[in-house]
Amino acid sequence: MNQWKNFNKGFFRENAVFVLFLGLCPTLGVTTSVINGVGMGLATTFVLLMSNIVVTLIKNFIPDKVRIPSFIIIIASFVTIVELLMQAYLPGLFDELGLFIPLIVVNCLVLGRAEAFASKNSFLSSVTDGLGMGFGFTMALFFLGGVREILGSGSFLGFKFIPGDGILLFILAPGAFIALGYLIMIMNKINKKTT
Amino acid sequence: MAKKESSFVNMVFTLFVITLTASTALGFVYEFTKAPIAAAKQAAKMKAINEVLPEFNNLPNEEIYKIAMDNDTLYFYPARENSRLVGTAIETFTNKGFSGNIKLMIGILPDGSINDIVVLEHKETPGLGDKMSKSKSDFSLQFQGINPESFNINVKKDGGDVDAITASTISSRAYCDAVNRACNAYLKGGKK
Repeated sequence: MNQWKNFNKGFFRENAVFVLFLGLCPTLGVTTSVINGVGMGLATTFVLLMSNIVVTLIKNFIPDKVRIPSFIIIIASFVTIVELLMQAYLPGLFDELGLFIPLIVVNCLVLGRAEAFASKNSFLSSVTDGLGMGFGFTMALFFLGGVREILGSGSFLGFKFIPGDGILLFILAPGAFIALGYLIMIMNKINKKTT
Repeated sequence: MAKKESSFVNMVFTLFVITLTASTALGFVYEFTKAPIAAAKQAAKMKAINEVLPEFNNLPNEEIYKIAMDNDTLYFYPARENSRLVGTAIETFTNKGFSGNIKLMIGILPDGSINDIVVLEHKETPGLGDKMSKSKSDFSLQFQGINPESFNINVKKDGGDVDAITASTISSRAYCDAVNRACNAYLKGGKK
């Protein structure tokens, strides 16, 4: 399999948020600002990569009927490890994201890739798939966080360029859906042109 | 290598090995990060104490005392400069937050007025309720230098003197609740 194609499919053709619609709960929840979105994306990427690696290494030892529980245990362990490490070494980021880290467990993206890809493909492909999907997810959260922060708070990366409150709706949940809808529209346009 | 058959023994054995490995790994990471996590929390608390009080040269952490209030505990950190009390940092809380508890560190001067307030922990809505943090808005600045005897610590909607955060009356109320709790405890014998 072409590894580059395997890597970059996570960004456009099979982007987790814009095309596959996986992991929408953390996506909509954390993207109130760019930094939250990117932090969440990178934490998810780490979990995705580690769980892909472990799943592809032990795929032959797991009987089919208990594969899903096994995957969930593996994913949940890595999420808890991320949570503990972040709390210990990045307390600032943990203050912002701590609430959402446990949500990575229920992110369909991670389980989806373990089940649909890592358990059927080679080690190398699983690593590139995990990285590509993870960074694609991070990119999506960056854009969504960017739109919501600019419109909702009038700032970007915490740097305020419009005084006042901005359009509060975009910080709240409905704004997340509205912004996501428009971003998906733009993404579809781009995908149609390139294919 | 062929896939393992889904026999009962195979399934039980696989799950057993996986859960055992996972719990061992987690136990190890927990032990490994325990000290840094405690240190990070302690550092955040010390930083808050330094921020809310005037200069001092004792170790407030070693003179800590507690007062029970509303089924929970408030922690008092007295600060002294050359053994003269210059202020008390109070770790207070409220259960009335928009989502969960809020913990504040409040610095009170010996005359009973508030020196400064820092938010230790909260889970309020990002972009709205989190404006109670000093880094996000000027909301908390209005508490600086006020004396609870002459200033009604309630939001204006409830007949008080506090300007609430736009669109976050509940968070603002909770904040006032925590401040009031600290001030009341201070008056009821928290001053030492």
